[in-house]
Amino acid sequence: MTAVLARGLRAFGRLWWECLGGDTPELCVATLVVVGVAFALAPLHVLPIIVVPAVAVLALVVSAARGRRGAP
Amino acid sequence: MTASSWFLVLAVFGASAVEMVEALTIVLAAGTARGWRSALEGAAAAAAVLAALVLAVGVPLIRYVPIDALRVVVGALLLSLGLNWLRKAWLRASGHKAIHDEDLIYAATVAELAGDGPVRPRRDAVGFAVAFKGVFLEGTEVVLIVISLGASQGKLGLASAAALAAAVLVFGVGALVARQLSTVPENTIKLTVGVMLSSFGVFWIGEGAGVHWPGSDLFLLALVALFAGLSAIAIPWLRRSSPAPATAVG
Repeated sequence: MTAVLARGLRAFGRLWWECLGGDTPELCVATLVVVGVAFALAPLHVLPIIVVPAVAVLALVVSAARGRRGAP
Repeated sequence: MTASSWFLVLAVFGASAVEMVEALTIVLAAGTARGWRSALEGAAAAAAVLAALVLAVGVPLIRYVPIDALRVVVGALLLSLGLNWLRKAWLRASGHKAIHDEDLIYAATVAELAGDGPVRPRRDAVGFAVAFKGVFLEGTEVVLIVISLGASQGKLGLASAAALAAAVLVFGVGALVARQLSTVPENTIKLTVGVMLSSFGVFWIGEGAGVHWPGSDLFLLALVALFAGLSAIAIPWLRRSSPAPATAVG
């Protein structure tokens, strides 16, 4: 019973990882960086409005450029 | 409805439509190769499990998790999904990644299932399992989006209704034009939804962290314009950089 439950949980975890990370773990890491930057810069008023979206954009462009070179 | 409610409906509807087209291809293949009764039962069972998942996870999230923490987590999930969808759509549109061909997937699945032993006249376990798995796996991403967007705005019902409407539309149209699913502009829808999910993601992360977006909800429009504009520049840029020959795959 416990083994079945553990197998089920592992499969469920793998499914979510495939959804969120899959073959582009760099985008998962970038998302965590965006969260960190948002918290770090939130007390400043104008800077986070520019920097938070910019980090997301930069991560996307770098990841797509990596994909262009044949990465998954 | 507010601007963010409209965005929520559009994003959930689009995401659900894309995923349901993929699920429908598998259900059609299972129905054709193994019999309709088992395929439809498998699809219905998966839909029921997904709905239970929304209730089991979504409702406690709204009730018990502090709104700012919820927004950060939800924003992170949406941004991660959105960036993945955008990246995939850019690479497909620029020829670096093969276009998702539903006709090819349908043919391959039918061929595979036909060689999977004799079809049982009443209930066929293979047909049931394949249809269940197809709808459940494709629907998981939709559930994630429904829970994230619905919970963060306290509009789980609206998000669920938008997903359900897309599923009904896709399966209704699918029943009429079965096996012509390759005509659905899947990559364009994926690109549009990717823009919206990424915009929501950045917006909610900022809101939860305490960033004061100028114009409040209206700042979502600026984020949508940013990601859409970026896509308009990135796709031609990627296309110019010697695309690898990409044939259609599933």
